[in-house]
Formats: sequence, C-alpha cells, structure tokens
Amino acid sequence: MASPDDLKFQEFEEATDLLLADPGASTLSMSGSSSMALAGATGDIKLDMSDDEGQEESSELLRGEKQTSGFWTFEYYQSFFNVDTMQVLDRVKGSVMHLPGRNFIKHTLQSSPDLYGPFWICVTLVFSLAISGNLSTFLNSLGSPHYHYRPQFHRVTIAAVVIFLYAWLVPLGVWGFLTWRQREERQQSGYSFLETVCVYGYSLFIYIPTSVLWILPFEWLRWLLILVAMVISGSVLVLTFWPVVRDDTKVTAFATVATIVVLHALLSIGCKMYFFQTATHTPVPTLAPNHTAAVLTNKTH
Amino acid sequence: IPPSHLFAGLSDVSISGDIAVEGEINVPVGTPSQDKKYSTLDEPVKDTILRDLKAVGKKFVHVMYPKKSSALLRDWDLWGPLLLCVTLALMLQGGSVDSKEDRGPQFAEVFVIIWFGSVIITLNSKLLGGTISFFQSLCVLGYCIMPLTVAMVVCRLVLLGGSWGFSFIVRLIVVTASFSWSTFASTAFLADCQPPNRKALVVYPVFLFYFVIGWMILTFSPSA
Repeated sequence: MASPDDLKFQEFEEATDLLLADPGASTLSMSGSSSMALAGATGDIKLDMSDDEGQEESSELLRGEKQTSGFWTFEYYQSFFNVDTMQVLDRVKGSVMHLPGRNFIKHTLQSSPDLYGPFWICVTLVFSLAISGNLSTFLNSLGSPHYHYRPQFHRVTIAAVVIFLYAWLVPLGVWGFLTWRQREERQQSGYSFLETVCVYGYSLFIYIPTSVLWILPFEWLRWLLILVAMVISGSVLVLTFWPVVRDDTKVTAFATVATIVVLHALLSIGCKMYFFQTATHTPVPTLAPNHTAAVLTNKTH
Repeated sequence: IPPSHLFAGLSDVSISGDIAVEGEINVPVGTPSQDKKYSTLDEPVKDTILRDLKAVGKKFVHVMYPKKSSALLRDWDLWGPLLLCVTLALMLQGGSVDSKEDRGPQFAEVFVIIWFGSVIITLNSKLLGGTISFFQSLCVLGYCIMPLTVAMVVCRLVLLGGSWGFSFIVRLIVVTASFSWSTFASTAFLADCQPPNRKALVVYPVFLFYFVIGWMILTFSPSA
C-alpha cells in the first residue's frame, strides 16, 4: 500500500529520467496533484505510461509536423499559412504598437511564423508606394501650365523589385550571419529563416500608412513621418535581434544592430526620395504673374 | 436451421421434363445512337461555337446578378476571362506618352497583372485551406472582371468629352461602383469555400486585385 506521497515522488523521478534520456521531448505538466493521487495503486503505472505515450506522441507530432512533408509537397507550404484573421491582425498590431522590451518573435509570433503577412504586406506596400508617388507627382505638377497627367506605371515594377529584394534578401543575410555567429560562439538561441522573414515583413507594415501620408506636399511632414516610421519599425527589428547578438562581442553586436538600422533607413529614405520627388524645378506660382518664371518653366521642360 | 427446413415447401414441387422458355435476347452491336450523342466532331462549326458562346454568356449573366449559384463553379471555362482580359488590355492601350518612361501599363503588363494576380490569389486561398479547385477560382476571378471592363468602355466614351472636372467625377464614380461590384460578386462565389475564420484573409487580396485594375482604368489618359 503506497501512500499518495510515494506515488507522486516516483512519478517525478520517472519524469526526470525521461527528460534525461530525451532532452528534446516536450513535457506535459499536469496541474493538480489530486489527479495523480486519485489514480490509486493500480492506476499510477498506467498513468505514467500514458504520460510517456503522451509525451512521445506530442514530441513526435511536433517534430513530425515540421519534417514529414518535403518541400515539393503542397502541405509543406500550407503549414506556413496556418493563421486566422485575428492572428494576422494581432501580429500587425504588435508590429505597430509594441511595448519596449517585448520581443516580437517570442511574444507576438509565439514562434509560429507565417508567410501570409510578409507577402501581402509587401504587395500592398508596392502598390501603395507606386500609387501614392503617382498622386504626389500629379499634385506637384498641378501648378505648371504644361501639365499632363502621366500614369507612370514603370514605378510599380521598380517598387516591386526594391521591396521584394529588401524583404527577402536582407533577412537571408541577417539570418545567415546570425546562424554563422551562433555556430561559432555555440549559443543556443537563434531564429529560423522564416521567423526572420516574418519579422521583417511585419515591420514593413508601418510604411503603408506612411506612404499614403507622404502625399501631403509638406517637406517637414515627410521627414517627420520618416522619423516616426523608422523609430517604430526599427525598434521592432532592434528589440528582436538584440537578445540574440547581445551575447556576442560588443563590436559584433553593435555592428549587426547598426547595419540592420542603417539598411532600414536607406530603404525608407530611398523610397521617399524616388517616389515622392519634390517639385524643385517648378517654381511655386506667385501671386504676381511673373513672366520670367514662366519662361524658366518652359526652359526646364 | 438446417437447409432442408428452409426449402421445405419446395420439395412438393416436381419438375418433369423440359420446360419451354420464351423470350428474346438482343445484344446491341455498335450503338450508333450513343455515338451521335457524345461525339461533337460531326456537328457544324456554328453549333460548337454557339454552344461555347452560350455557356460564356450564361456566366456573364451570373456575374451581373451574383447569387449563390454553383453554375460558375461547376462548368468553369477560361474563355470568358481570356476575352475580358484581352479586351481590357487592348482598351488600356493608346494612352498619351510624354516620355517613354511615364506611360501607362502596356498590353503585356496588364496581361501579367491579371493572370499572375489571379494565380497568386488562387494559390493564397488554397494555401489558407480553401476547398475550391484551381481552375474554378481562376474562372470566377476572371469572369468578375466584367464590371470593370464595362467601366473601361464607359470611361473611354466619357473621355471623348474631356478629361477633367465633370468627366473625372463621372469616371471616378463608375470605376468605384464597378470595382465594388467585382469584389462583391467574386466574394459571393468564393467565400463559401473558405474556412470561416479566414474569410477576411482571402477577401483582402481579391479587393487589392480589383483595386489595382480599377486604378489602371481610372488613370488612363488618352493622347491629347
């Protein structure tokens, strides 16, 4: 006749043995010692085995989910789109308004990255940049007499190339670099390629409303918007990658974070300068009709 | 129960001698009527074309009055989308050219946007767990471009009377109405095939797709 305390102690030992044997196995913690005590003398061994089976099954499932389908099957890619509407909205919200100290990957993604968000945010950003840039050029040249509206469709192609290169090549570079450092320094934590892509994709979301607001033709407003957007999205990236590089040497850590921030700044400033060119060659129409100004306009065209 | 008990009553029946059976047995040799029903090789070309045109026309009617009918999904075809895409791309040509760089979309660009866009949206909805088949989705997305094509025709007519002011407002209203109609019509057909908590994720790319096409129509400016 074993007392409930003895039963509990045995189960804990078996659990630690299991963990020592297979450190990668996931552990199910059952709350409530009453459930174990209720098992009784005949049931405790069975409970342990079901615990074993449960742990093995779930660890197999977790491992199997990521590895059973090869990359040529449809199910492999379907696993990257396993998100609901509310999840996507939460992730977008998390990229825009996040508290300092919260790691985007650990907290918002909860280590289940998706490809839906990054892809469609990039597509939307491409079109919003091209359309807003077109609108701002139109508004700029409204004052000039030789005005003729131009659709400027080639901007879509350029925007698409730039945004997609940034959103896929830069995470590849960052992930490759971090993985290489991690292998050298033998650190534990590191992000998978998909998580890096996911962070970059969601961090680009703030540029969609920014690009729409860039239509307003005030230079100081545009630079202010760049600053705000860079602070928000840059902080998402910095807060995500800082815990990983923190353990590295000081120089490498700062260099990595600085590179990430600089690349992000280059993207936003480059987009602003290319798509939203200020009307520097067209003089602002003054109140007094100025014949020489009109002549100058004719000459620049 | 032993078998003898089952057939107890039958033992009273006695069969003596041959019993004549009457009847006819016909084995059909070469069914010409069946061939005539299914082979369309021998029919006049006019019949073939008319039949396909009727199918396409029926689907146009379904798009005009989008109800939850499965006709578009069951008998999908890609003739309608091809016709609409080519018409739209042709009508978007002939825009004004100030410099080579600032022109509107070329024929190939419109084609690529419409077909690649449809393929990507279909892939997106299938990856999110939709139950619609690939070509059915292409068919629905292509047919629902029809309101936008009608809007393009109207815009070109309106543009004959000038580009700005009243003409612009009319074009804006027409394009906005037709783009909303397209999105609504395609969602009416596609939405049922999605898991319920992912409907918005599937509808948004469709909205973006028709928005971009509407933008291309609205910004079409004819040569001066």
